[in-house]
Amino acid sequence: MSETATSTTPPLHEMMRMHAAQIMESVPYARALGFEVLDIARGWAKARAPFRADLIGDAATGVIHGGVVTALLDNLCGVAVVSALEKYRSTATLDLRIDYMRAAEPGRDIFAEAECYHVTRSVAFVRGYAYHDSRDRLIASATAAFMLTRNSRRRSRSEAAT
Amino acid sequence: MSQTDAPDTQPPLALSPADWQARAERLDLWLGSLPFVQFLGVKWQADSGILHLTLPFVDKLIGNPMLPALHGGASGAFLEVAASAQVFLSAGLSQPAKPIDLTIDYLRTGRPRDLFAQAQVTKMGRRIANVRAEAWQDNREQLVAVLHGHFILPTDEED
Repeated sequence: MSETATSTTPPLHEMMRMHAAQIMESVPYARALGFEVLDIARGWAKARAPFRADLIGDAATGVIHGGVVTALLDNLCGVAVVSALEKYRSTATLDLRIDYMRAAEPGRDIFAEAECYHVTRSVAFVRGYAYHDSRDRLIASATAAFMLTRNSRRRSRSEAAT
Repeated sequence: MSQTDAPDTQPPLALSPADWQARAERLDLWLGSLPFVQFLGVKWQADSGILHLTLPFVDKLIGNPMLPALHGGASGAFLEVAASAQVFLSAGLSQPAKPIDLTIDYLRTGRPRDLFAQAQVTKMGRRIANVRAEAWQDNREQLVAVLHGHFILPTDEED
């Protein structure tokens, strides 16, 4: 349940919300694809992938490649996981399943939401949705599990994300 | 529970070199026309019915600059390209198959180096292709990520 923060530092998700615009800036691949985080609440995040001609995956229709939707949902699910935590921990995707409901429409931005619905000591479970207008008409949905890495800074670079 | 009606067999790999060549050329034409494949920088080469793919490392593919590690969305998209391209080649398509669902397992951190992939059509049905794809870096035994997914094959009636 949400505790009333009496300390001076706002809760993690609130800090993230205040700096939402910068979140994708620190992720080179997300920046290269033009992703923007639009809003964050505890365990929830929303983002946009602007339409770009160089991300088209079907020359005949001009529709964005599914791989862009995968990246958006993967990244945003990770953001939703962190926003569900009390204290920052880095995350690693264990698995990600994407269901493609319908093709994206050419020339339109894609929006996504992700919700982290359960967190254990070491794993977080997330669902994600991608759409143009609303979650009533999905382009794709995602289910993912994320590993929460140990709190300390990574010492061992060889430590695999297993 | 069977999802397709076709017999559970792979397409005969007994095509003549000329037939494989014709398929490979159609594949080159299709993959080469996709802006996102160029954005990623994917390279590919068809060797008879088997497609070998490379994702040359560039900085923009990084997800975590601290480690540094490849973005899961980059290795995932690469696997998706590998899977759909293998379906295209194996089924001898002239239009792409569409993904229905894809599951990507991330097995270890992708390092800032080239990534390689190969896919296999587990079952080619009449309407559905079931595909697996693997991505690795230095050693094929040490997989970075694997994909399992279904694609719906184009039909003459549609499109």
